[in-house]
Amino acid sequence: MPSTVTPPTSPKKSSGKTGRRATAEEMASKQREISVSEFFAKNRHLLGFDNPRKALLTTVKEAVDNALDACEEGGILPDIAVELLQLAETRFKVTIRDNGPGIVRKQIENIFGKLLYGSKFHRMKMSRGQQGIGISAAGMYGLMTTGRPVLIISKTGRGKPSHEVLLKIDTARNRAEVISETEHLEDDVLFAEGHGTSVTIELEGRYQKGRASVDEYLEQTAIANPHARFTYVTPSNETIEYPRAVDELPPEAKEIKPHPKGIELGTLIQMLERTEKTQLGAFFKEDFCRVGPRIAKEICGHADLTDRTWIKQVGHAEAEALYQGIQAAKIMAPPTDCLVPIGTKAMLAGLLKEVKAEFFAASSRPAAVYRGNPFQIEVGIAFGGNLPGDELGRVIRFANRVPLLYQQSACCSFKAVIEAGWRNYGLQQARGSLPSGPVVIMIHMASTWVPFTSESKEAIADYDEIRKEMRLALQECGRKLGTYLRRRQKMRRESERRNVFARYIGEISMACERITGADAASIRDALESIASRKTAEADQQLDDEGRVIDNGGRLAGDDSVIIIDAAADTPEAVAEAEQIAESLFAAPPMKTRGKIIKKSAQKTGKKTVKKKRTKTTGKSG
Amino acid sequence: MALKPTDEPGKAGSDSPRRKVGKKSAEAGKSKAASSSKETTKVAATSAQRGGTKADQADRARVDEKTVKRIEALGESVVRQSLKLTDPFVDVPTRSISNVKFNKSKRLLEMGDAKQRRTLFNLGQAKKFMQTMLIADGCRDLVRAGKTLSLRGMYYKSLHTISGTKEKTFDGQDESDVVLEDLEVAIDSLRENLHVFAKKRGTMVGNITVFDNGDEINCRRMGTGGYAIPSICEPSVLKFGKCEAEFVLHVEKDTVWSRFNEDRFWETHNCILTEGSGQPPRGVRRLLHRLNAELGLPIYCLLDCDPWGHYIYSVIKQGSINLAYESGRMAVPEAKYLGIRSDDYQRCDLSDDVKIELNDRDCERAKQIAAYPWFADRRHWQKEIKQMLSNGFKMEVESLITKDISYVTETYVPERLKAKDWID
Repeated sequence: MPSTVTPPTSPKKSSGKTGRRATAEEMASKQREISVSEFFAKNRHLLGFDNPRKALLTTVKEAVDNALDACEEGGILPDIAVELLQLAETRFKVTIRDNGPGIVRKQIENIFGKLLYGSKFHRMKMSRGQQGIGISAAGMYGLMTTGRPVLIISKTGRGKPSHEVLLKIDTARNRAEVISETEHLEDDVLFAEGHGTSVTIELEGRYQKGRASVDEYLEQTAIANPHARFTYVTPSNETIEYPRAVDELPPEAKEIKPHPKGIELGTLIQMLERTEKTQLGAFFKEDFCRVGPRIAKEICGHADLTDRTWIKQVGHAEAEALYQGIQAAKIMAPPTDCLVPIGTKAMLAGLLKEVKAEFFAASSRPAAVYRGNPFQIEVGIAFGGNLPGDELGRVIRFANRVPLLYQQSACCSFKAVIEAGWRNYGLQQARGSLPSGPVVIMIHMASTWVPFTSESKEAIADYDEIRKEMRLALQECGRKLGTYLRRRQKMRRESERRNVFARYIGEISMACERITGADAASIRDALESIASRKTAEADQQLDDEGRVIDNGGRLAGDDSVIIIDAAADTPEAVAEAEQIAESLFAAPPMKTRGKIIKKSAQKTGKKTVKKKRTKTTGKSG
Repeated sequence: MALKPTDEPGKAGSDSPRRKVGKKSAEAGKSKAASSSKETTKVAATSAQRGGTKADQADRARVDEKTVKRIEALGESVVRQSLKLTDPFVDVPTRSISNVKFNKSKRLLEMGDAKQRRTLFNLGQAKKFMQTMLIADGCRDLVRAGKTLSLRGMYYKSLHTISGTKEKTFDGQDESDVVLEDLEVAIDSLRENLHVFAKKRGTMVGNITVFDNGDEINCRRMGTGGYAIPSICEPSVLKFGKCEAEFVLHVEKDTVWSRFNEDRFWETHNCILTEGSGQPPRGVRRLLHRLNAELGLPIYCLLDCDPWGHYIYSVIKQGSINLAYESGRMAVPEAKYLGIRSDDYQRCDLSDDVKIELNDRDCERAKQIAAYPWFADRRHWQKEIKQMLSNGFKMEVESLITKDISYVTETYVPERLKAKDWID
């Protein structure tokens, strides 16, 4: 994306009879460059600032995404504080503070005051942010609606000064204007670890609980980022803590070069213009991934060029021929080790922490490629427990660990959920709608470039490759859920059977006594012994089939499944469960796969979480 | 054990009581004196409190004792099975069209031999099994107390919450009604003998005197309301006195019946007028059967010209599918269908306004009825149903009012009777 946007030239209307209204010269005096800031200031809905409610969420989201990215890049376990201070009915002061590496003084203006300035746009690396628009746009929105500048405090390490800067964005020139700055040499109470950044933006917004609220965003972020800790102060001055569930950072994402199949002709021409290489062969080999000498030659040959052709001599026609050559060549898929999935274990830990359910399963697909971009799909499912059973299931969507809260039905993942065929897995599903029942479905897409449908990053574009992977991952999880549900139903049927007989035996024996004068107690004993014989037969069958009752059956060996037995509620069971939970949360998420966690108390998630949360507001939505 | 009792089933009810009265009362008196069983004396004592002659009381006591014995046999078989540690069960004869046979020589619907085994240790049947035992117990209580209850009363008598649960023994009267009918067939005792009756429906007026539970009722002096036909019309409850009537005219509903009563039709034509409020209940059918069988009166029916009217006629004549086991004491194979007939539209020169278009359901039902074996071999009926279907409309008895208020009583029925113009 270029740093300026040329406006569409206004159509020159000649209204015939009256003759010309303005000369070309006069018009030229009015034609001028539009700064990107101006463009987005007028079109703020493109960035997610359509209405006050969404603006508040987008501001929090952009700041938190940046904070998480910064911490992970700096190798620091994120510890993020979010504070919403309500000044008036529709005016909020939003503060987000992280313990990241901090920002050096001279970059502060650029990062917070300039649109389309960032480290992430030009590289092929998996990260939350992409364009470098978000946080500066939030600052701009705040300035426009309240006239208040953005306050940034940042400290890069112990012994180094912390900088407190008040910034105002000059939309006409797309750059920041410093209003005041102070330097504090002493240690800052804000940053206990000696480094970090804090941003405060005052803006017009509206706070509302429920779907697509700040609460929901943070809850879902906590699920997808179990290695982070969040402290959230709500407008009503309650403090909610989302504790850390995994004590290890996800491995760092590797940066990769673009894949030839993933670029378009225009991009190819631009790359040819900008490259420092002088010959075609070197250009293909060095600036792309998965291109060796043989393939470079093949591509060049297709355009009647050689790998020694000087790049200066490549014109538009040649570039087009090269582009055709790329499409014709057989090129290996891009490397996938650049992707960092959440991992089934960490996903389970995240879900377990935030969703009160009885069954959890997760699955992770191998990496795949769309349009030359590698991506990977992961799916988690939570079922039963305290989830509402009479509503449609809930889909929570993530792209590179960022929750997507708007435009659900436009999202590729939503369509994949609908076409996954949940009836096969024991859930009810009306044609063309989400499955219904107490179920939460989590979908995560990790990619070096997530194809969003708009700049406000609300929905994933519908590529066939992506949808297919999503569907396969959903079905894999669905099969585990189906196995569990069938087993549960079978056990329920058995216990129902026992109950039914037990319930009616008393009535029958009393009626028999009244009719015949035989002793009710002896009839009851006889009937009960028949009943226990009958149900014992049923138990036997179960055991022979799959040893289901004792050890959890087929699912027991699967470490991507957690089943919480709601029955056990003794102190010992709770203590034991907490221990298992601790070991799960502390377990390295990726490297060594620990043994299955089969927990025996419902309280696990709850108890640990409750202890750490100062105030629990429960699930939003 | 199949619960077919050893002795002849329920003959007592269908036999004519008048011939045997003397003999029976002697027997009953003897058994009363000889009986050492506390229960038997109790049964007899309580039934003695009811009205009627001594012979009636004895008769009732005998039937009651038999009923109690059958219920006890059912209970004992369940107890025996349980104590032997085998699955307890009750065999209930199937009451559906699949188990109904049409007896061509008697021209009656009869129940077949198919039975359904109801066991306790089957999830789908456990509750019904329990309900059967509860209703059996309730009926035994009722018979022993010598009192009667309505179907709804029986539902309440057996209704309670199962201890230790929130579940009720019955979810509604529908459930208890079905179980009661099952019990009737399972122990081969009639509902009347179980002392349970349905809601009373139906009216009678005419040249006859009856004794209802000992009270003399002169059906010639019933005013505009008529005598409400009781739900139980067994000879032990309802007796016929002096009767000059020569036939019975049964009409479909009370509106038409009122017309006939107001015009004193029964007086001018010396007959009995009855009405069954649509599909006649058991009491009305039993009464028609007895009027026909005991007093030798022919039965003529005046019903709507639609599939439902046709089926009412079929039930009066051959018995119903659900109560096929009672056809022998309910059906009147000689009953005749006077009208309304599909050709009456032309014959009586009726206006277009009386036509009611046949809907899909009507047509389907008409074809179903035409295919019943007891209609299949009736040429006139096949013609009649065919004619109605090709007309494409149905007619109610009231349609004749368009000719004249009393057309039906003064012209239509007398003409038909005179010409012996009916369908059989």
